[in-house]
Order: sequence, then C-alpha cells, then structure tokens
Amino acid sequence: MTFTVNGREQEADDVWEGESLLYVLRERLGLPGSKNACEQGECGSCTVRLDGVPVCACLVAAGQAEGREVVTVEGLAGRSGTAELSVVQQAFVDAGAVQCGFCTPGLLVAADDLLERVPQPSDADIREALSGNLCRCTGYEKILDAVRLAAARTGEGG
Amino acid sequence: MDFLRPADWEEALAAKAAHPTAVPIAGGTDVMVEINFDHRRPEYLLDLNRVGELYEWQTDGPDVRLGAAVPYTRVMEHLRAELPGLALAAHTVGSPQIRNRGSVGGNLGAASPAGDSHPALLAAGADVEVQSVRGTRLIPVEEFYTGVKRNALAPDELIRAVRIRRATGPQQFSKVGTRNAMVIAVCAFGVALHPHGRTIRTGIGSAAPTPVRARVAEEFLAAALEEGGLWESGGAVPPSVAAHFAELAAGACNPIDDVRGSAAYRRRAVAVMARRTLGWVWDEYRHSQGRGARCA
Ligand SMILES: Cc1cc2nc3c(=O)[nH]c(=O)nc-3n(C[C@H](O)[C@H](O)[C@H](O)COP(=O)(O)OP(=O)(O)OC[C@H]3O[C@@H](n4cnc5c(N)ncnc54)[C@H](O)[C@@H]3O)c2cc1C
Ligand code: FES
Ligand code: FES
Repeated sequence: MTFTVNGREQEADDVWEGESLLYVLRERLGLPGSKNACEQGECGSCTVRLDGVPVCACLVAAGQAEGREVVTVEGLAGRSGTAELSVVQQAFVDAGAVQCGFCTPGLLVAADDLLERVPQPSDADIREALSGNLCRCTGYEKILDAVRLAAARTGEGG
Repeated sequence: MDFLRPADWEEALAAKAAHPTAVPIAGGTDVMVEINFDHRRPEYLLDLNRVGELYEWQTDGPDVRLGAAVPYTRVMEHLRAELPGLALAAHTVGSPQIRNRGSVGGNLGAASPAGDSHPALLAAGADVEVQSVRGTRLIPVEEFYTGVKRNALAPDELIRAVRIRRATGPQQFSKVGTRNAMVIAVCAFGVALHPHGRTIRTGIGSAAPTPVRARVAEEFLAAALEEGGLWESGGAVPPSVAAHFAELAAGACNPIDDVRGSAAYRRRAVAVMARRTLGWVWDEYRHSQGRGARCA
C-alpha cells in the first residue's frame, strides 16, 4: 500500500488490508510513536491525523488509508525545517505533563489539532478535545497546564 | 480476505450484489474492533470511504437527507438547527476521535440496542433509505430494527441515507452511563415535540432487545395536552400528567439485567429521563410561544 506519512510518500509491503493503520505504522513502517494499548478506540494513545482529522489509528483499516495523508507524533517536531520540538511538545516537557509517557503521543496529536482549530481554547474546549485520551498517571492537571502554556506561547508568537 | 474499494455509489451497489457476504466498513468504529479482536474475519471488506455521496447531506425539503457515512462531528457542527435531537445524541457518542469517524449509517448497520442515534431518530421520525441494484426501499426507522443487532437489510442492500423529519419543535436526548466520555448507554431517551401535528414522539435505547418508541406514553401525553388546551395556552404540564407519562415510558421497556445495569434500574432511569426531558422540551416550547415561566 502507498500513502503519505508525515509529508513523505511511504510504501508498505505485504499489508493485509484488514489490519489496522496502527499496525502498519508500527510494525511495517517502524514508526512506534503511536502507541498500542487497547485496540478498541478507548484510550486514544494511537491518535493520528488522517487527512487532517484526529482518529484512532487502531480503528482505520489499512486499505482505507491507501492514498491518504497521515500525520503521526513523529511528524510534529521539525515542521519548521529545524529539529525543534513543536510548541505543544515543548509545553508538555516544560509543564511536566509526561510521566510514563504512554499516553503522550496521542495527547500531543490531539492537542496539536485543537490549537490549530482553536488557537485560544477555553478549559472546556481543552477537556473536550482531550476527552478521548486516557492517562493513568498524571491526573490530567499537568496536561491541561501544558495545553494552556502552548496556547499562551502560540499567542505570543503571533 | 479481499478489500473492495468502490469509487462511487453505483460501484458499491454492484460490489455488494456480486459479494453479498461482503462486510461494509464506513468509520470502522464497530467493524475494526471486531476484526482487531478476531471476532470477525470477513471474506470481503467493502470500503465506503471513497463513496463521496455517502458523506453529503441535503436540507431542502421537509426531510434532511443525511448520507449514511456522514461522521457525527459533522452532524453536531452543521445540523444542530434541523436535527437538534440527533445532534445532542451525536455529541454523547464515544470521544472526538470516534465522532470524527463514526456515522449514523454505521450505527444503523450495527443495530445495537445501545446505539445513540436510535432514540433520536425514533423521536424525530425517520426513514432509512436502502438501495441495491434491484432498487430503493424506504424503511420507517421503527421497522428497521428487527432484533438484537439485527436489521431489515437484505444481503445485497446498503444504506444510502437516512431521511429525518426536520425539527418543527424542541427535541431532547438524555443518556445514562457510568462516566462522562466514552460510555455505552445503560439506557437513553429521546423526545421530540411536533407542534404542527400536535404530537409527541419518543425513542428509548438499551431498554429492550431493539430501540423502541413509547407509543402509549406518546398517545397519553398528546391527549392530555389537547384536553388541557396546553398547545395554545402554553400552560405548564401538570405534574400528575408528567408522572404518568414517565410511568408509561418505563412500561414500554422490556429490559434485561446485564453488567451495565439491572432491569429494574433501567426502568427507573427511563422514567426519570422521560419526565426530565419532557420538562425541558415543554419549557422550550412555552418560551418559543412567548410564555414560559413568567405566566406560570
Ligand atoms: C471507543 C468507542 C466508543 C463508542 N461509543 C459509542 C457511543 O457512545 N454510542 C454509540 O451509539 N456508539 C458508540 N460506539 C460504536 C460506534 O462508534 C457507532 O456504532 C458508530 O455509529 C458506527 O459507525 P461507523 O461508521 O464507524 O460504522 P462501521 O464500524 O464502519 O460499521 C458498523 C456496521 O454497519 C455496517 N455499515 C456501515 N455503513 C453501512 C452502509 N452504508 N450500509 C450498510 N451497512 C453499513 C457495517 O458493515 C457494520 O456492520 C463506540 C465505539 C467505540 C470504538
Ligand atoms: S490503541 Fe487505539 S484507542 Fe487505544
Ligand atoms: S503519563 Fe502515563 S499514561 Fe499518561
């Protein structure tokens, strides 16, 4: 199958088209950033953007992603051409929003999407946007802080 | 397994006719869970993602024609005015990621008694537009559910759209679950006022083998409102009427005990939701008539 991942065209061989996009990313393309926890859409740790829209990669059939554009957590850093972390990633680090880190990639993709749609989100917007991402460690407060911080920094940057 | 990827609706119908065992996949939020857990190894998967027609909706005319694969997120964003009950129900489905993929057509295809679209569709009034190479059928939504996770589709048919009566009055949806995000309903209740015909319609989810209307409750309430002249006066619904409506709604249930709740709990919950949502829609109706609280 052929599709675009993080801006680059990728070919994966021997794909069974009923396997999940998550499996293709992790096992066939060696992109382990998107995590595999539940395989049933409940934890959000596999969140990627499919044609710009946040989805659970575990619930997209490989065949459905053919010819589409996928952005994973690996695609967030260095978008400005440098190796820099994205604003959201840096904010997660600075706010101490990462403990075991298992939920982080999915949260980053969801938060990145939120700030693109709603640059100055309310707390309710943030909670809503991240309601499909479970975290067993942080109790979410630091995660909310991180998204607020990223929003503030985005605002400053103009 | 073969993966069938029709480019348009005609090709999709031809593929389903040629392979009646093919499993359609739209948002995949039901189908992929089954495949991931090896509950299902279909011989053919029929991908509907490229069938553009299924992602469109039309709002001219008395019905909204909602393409089968339109994701819940779109319903919430664009159809809140025309389909308030369905938009409220859509908002309670899963999580943003699930709502970005999951669709009303998929909810109907799965026909789970817990599907959140069903109470809203029953309350609004809707027909499921199904097609095959043989032609089109319009199936009233109450006849579409035939059993637990069973529907009226023939093996060569696909859901093209759902034709939902455009709201002419207030609608509400309420759902009982264990937490806020990502809950399968323990039970759910939808209600819609139809002031032009002076009728009330309801829908109950998860409280019987299929989603059902509480018809006796609907008829009782319509008669009580008529008798009291309440549609014209905009007067309050007497508490005794609301209580009896709630009781009759609970009586329409035929619930089971399962891990998510006992039958008795479900009946009680339906009664509570029925009374509460009736209060909400009637208040909204009274305010729209310029009455409401101040002349109570
Ligand atoms: C984490 C999670 C949370 C969920 N929460 C909820 C919830 O709160 N409320 C709720 O109601 N549901 C919930 N669901 C279930 C699911 O999201 C819904 O049933 C959704 O509406 C399915 O839509 P889909 O497009 O993803 O369907 P798919 O998975 O693509 O298909 C579902 C079924 O419909 C058939 N089908 C799809 N399209 C057609 C068509 N055009 N013609 C004929 N058959 C068709 C498929 O073959 C399959 O049998 C949840 C699922 C997950 C994974
Ligand atoms: S692994 Fe996809 S949502 Fe949990
Ligand atoms: S940091 Fe461990 S699950 Fe979120």
